[in-house]
Amino acid sequence: MKPFLKYFSHVLIHLRKDLRLEWRSRDAINGMLFFALLVVVVFGLAFDPTGFPTTTRQISGGILWVAILFASITALNQSWNREQRNQVLEAQRMAPSPASALFLGKAIANMLFVLLIEAVLAPIFVIFFNLHPLGDTRLFALILPLGTWALVVNGTFFTALGLRARNRELLLPLLLLPISLPALLAMVQSTTGVLTGELDALQIHSWISQLAGYDIIFTTVCLLLFETVLNAE
Amino acid sequence: MPTPTAEAPATAKATTAIALDSVSKIYGSFAALRNVSTTFASGSCTMILGENGAGKSTLLRAAAGLITPTRGKVSIFSQPPSQQRHRVAYMSHAPMLYDELTAMENLTYFAALHRGDACACVGSPEMALRAVGLDPHLTRPVGQYSQGMRQRTSLARVLQTDPEILLLDEPFSNLDVSSAVHMVELLADFLTWPLPGGGSRTILLTTHLASLAEPITTHTLHMRAGQIIQPPTEAAR
Repeated sequence: MKPFLKYFSHVLIHLRKDLRLEWRSRDAINGMLFFALLVVVVFGLAFDPTGFPTTTRQISGGILWVAILFASITALNQSWNREQRNQVLEAQRMAPSPASALFLGKAIANMLFVLLIEAVLAPIFVIFFNLHPLGDTRLFALILPLGTWALVVNGTFFTALGLRARNRELLLPLLLLPISLPALLAMVQSTTGVLTGELDALQIHSWISQLAGYDIIFTTVCLLLFETVLNAE
Repeated sequence: MPTPTAEAPATAKATTAIALDSVSKIYGSFAALRNVSTTFASGSCTMILGENGAGKSTLLRAAAGLITPTRGKVSIFSQPPSQQRHRVAYMSHAPMLYDELTAMENLTYFAALHRGDACACVGSPEMALRAVGLDPHLTRPVGQYSQGMRQRTSLARVLQTDPEILLLDEPFSNLDVSSAVHMVELLADFLTWPLPGGGSRTILLTTHLASLAEPITTHTLHMRAGQIIQPPTEAAR
């Protein structure tokens, strides 16, 4: 088998395992769903979406990403727990399989979990905030996956980095939030741009390009550094 | 310090499977291994004895490449452990299995990770489970197994990868006597499995139950306080 195909077959093996584990336990999805819905409902009750439609459109991009971000953190914090339990991670380290394939498989699995939550959250969000986007909503097909990947790839990496730390659940937001700021800015600006229609297509595409650039840089860095993180003592 | 060596039986070629050269592992102010130098010949089955905290598990983990020595060098067939992963399997007292998956799913997953050009042969997960006396069609997840069943599944996990070197950390913990005896028989059988490229298989195991492992042991090594106090001596058979 060609090395490239072999690598991706290993990514698929890890991905399939993570999806099966989540299907059995539903730990990540249940936690995320509850948290995301809570954020949306609380913000929905705090504002009067029908009274101030313009304001609602302006802030809803931020609220949407706050809900996704915090929900993701609850899931990401648990993403390596199963590997730590029973020392499975040591069996992974002993396997003649690239460490980055393990990372990529888990990051893709986390991405799918968060996208699933977004699919559930989006209609509820539209209803609660009485949203009528004024821009090109097709751009969400780019913004949501790119934004989600930005959160998930760093989140998966930093959770692994903090595995041996005593306060690892506190460590993740401390590391993830500052480093995700450029991505968060691009996500919120582009989402708000689509919702309000205040940004022209060029400006939105510029934010999306920034997001894509961020994803490429951080995915590469995480893939290159993961083996060191995995074998750190 | 002299280099104690576990020689292989006279019939086997005495190639060095594992070599530790002045290995020390220090955690903060605690030295888990102190300047340990030893070699384990291919084809030998060495039992490492010592009280808790003697450094047995640390030695095994260093040989597995799971920890990097603070000083010194570990080599597997003259290469760093990271380059010989396909030839080594490690089983600890923790099962190293996913609780949510069945035994078959766990083994299939790990077998898939080992499958590749570097591995000459990978045994079937089903055969490995049958060999340790478990039903491969059990639908219960491993999390619902007894400790003994988990330990046997863990052994199946390492055996299915057809390793040349088997590192076993307290393999008999949580096992009843008959299961432990069965495991010893399996390990004795494992030592006779032919290797595709020739050569012999090597076992390194730590235990507090020396009498159980004696039938397969070719050498015994004693450790205390991170040092080898008695180099690998040939076991009376």
